[in-house]
Amino acid sequence: MSGITTVDRDVDLQELAAFVWREADILDRCDYDAWLALWTEDGHYIVPIGKGENYEDQVNVCYDDARMRRMRVERFQQGFSISSAPPADTVRTVSRFVLQGATGDEIVLGCAEHVVENKFGRQRIYAANLTYTLVRTESGLRIRNKVARLLNSDGELTAFSYLF
Amino acid sequence: MSLDYNPGRPEDLVEHDRVQTPLYEDAALFEQEMEKIFAHSWVFVAHGSEVPEKGSFILSWVGQQPVIVVRDRKGDINVLVNRCRHRAATVCEVKKGKTSSFQCPYHGWGYGLDGSLRGVPYPEQYGKDFDKSALGMKALRVESYQNMIFATLDDGIEPLAEFLGPAKKWIDLFMKQGGGYPVKVLGEHQFTVPMNWKIQLENTTDAYHFPVVHKSFIQSLDKEAEATFNFFDKAGFVEDLGNGHSVAVMIPELIDLDENLDDPIPERFEELAQALRDEGFDEPRVRKIVRATGGAGFNLNLFPNVSLSLAFFRVLRPVGVKETAIRHVCLGMDGGPAAANRMRIRLQEHFQGPMGFGTPDDAEVWERVQRGTLGGRELPILVNRGLVDEVPGVDGPRGHLSAETGMRASYQMWKRMMAQ
Repeated sequence: MSGITTVDRDVDLQELAAFVWREADILDRCDYDAWLALWTEDGHYIVPIGKGENYEDQVNVCYDDARMRRMRVERFQQGFSISSAPPADTVRTVSRFVLQGATGDEIVLGCAEHVVENKFGRQRIYAANLTYTLVRTESGLRIRNKVARLLNSDGELTAFSYLF
Repeated sequence: MSLDYNPGRPEDLVEHDRVQTPLYEDAALFEQEMEKIFAHSWVFVAHGSEVPEKGSFILSWVGQQPVIVVRDRKGDINVLVNRCRHRAATVCEVKKGKTSSFQCPYHGWGYGLDGSLRGVPYPEQYGKDFDKSALGMKALRVESYQNMIFATLDDGIEPLAEFLGPAKKWIDLFMKQGGGYPVKVLGEHQFTVPMNWKIQLENTTDAYHFPVVHKSFIQSLDKEAEATFNFFDKAGFVEDLGNGHSVAVMIPELIDLDENLDDPIPERFEELAQALRDEGFDEPRVRKIVRATGGAGFNLNLFPNVSLSLAFFRVLRPVGVKETAIRHVCLGMDGGPAAANRMRIRLQEHFQGPMGFGTPDDAEVWERVQRGTLGGRELPILVNRGLVDEVPGVDGPRGHLSAETGMRASYQMWKRMMAQ
């Protein structure tokens, strides 16, 4: 973390937080086309199980490249999935932003996410540590990788009809 | 509310073609099931690859009872109730790992890997005739088939092999998806659903729901894979295998993964096939591994708590009358090519688990069943589909793939066990 002073000087945490808040709003509104547009083509959206970081060779809750992300969104939007038509409503907050590094065009940002979902009047609460790898492009910040590590990810969860 | 059954006779709730609503929602009946079924059956607890070495252990359950599955110094598998014999504290809360002993965190009683009581702090206060040999952890009877470990609380029931009966040959066929390597657990998805455990028990050999509930999954596949999953165009069937077990054959050409190896490699496996060729595998090995990677073409449901479904195990655990926990255990090839195991993991993630393209829709309809039974409690649950053209199969009645033959098998076993 010796570079942290440089990092702090070069990166505006408020700008990053605003980006992540915008994504949170997009996800709560299920505006998935807008969500897909926040990504670069090369990275992964990952909800891992346990503490492992070799995502490619471990079983994850999801491990989506660009193609899988598009398929996931299509599934949500087409109306044939009973769990997504309608999905649970969600309200989420994202906070506790910590800049974890910045090298080249990449910025690594950690934060906490709390999601409350409602379906059938039954509310559930989930919490996750989010780690973003963001890149600055000509059209603004984009997500290259996003890891949503849920509490109890290696225990019993419930079925999700939304994204973290 | 009047009940149309005598609560003293749960077996009256099950007829051949229908079952009564209290099966899903009667708390007293659930307590009887835990005793009459889960305390007197062979219950699946783990796969051998989850406890690969001496000292390896994993936490599991037999019905509602927490157990530790552990391989001891002799290499034998022990299934121990996770409870100190002193004042009942769990002796282990690490989900999986390796150890040389278990020590209770409360007063320090120490147990060996076979559950025997090794020592207690300050034993003098128990007197001279303190008998450690009578105070080992409660050990269950354990037997395995094809590295699947089962345990029972009943020392008097038949051997596992006899209980499985005709299901054994289907287990043998299922394990061919090791592709020439031993089958190994690669990971798992776990989730709970607010439903009675039997709603899950009914599901794995219920092919009737697949094109409806899993339409969004099927639509996410390429045309060739979509055709593979259009089960009702094929010569599939569902058969009662006795003792509550049943098999649903969805993709007949994938019953025996060692056969039909000359069939064209499906497009979605072409990249994997090329990766294996590049690694130096010859064409027969490539074809065998590719075929194994896709999994078997059938679902085998073993009463009361595990199914072998296409490429994974589905393990159910009754938590409460309206709460069930499920494990979807991802299987792969132990020592097999990383590319093949990776693809199996990706296929598992595609369908299974809390964010799969299949599981959330299953969970939704299962919960809907539980919610629906709040109304019209006097109405039966129908399991009569396919009786009209059911025929004798090899090991029991065989119905159309969409028939409810598997449910009838499970409920006849339920009835038999609950009547005892």
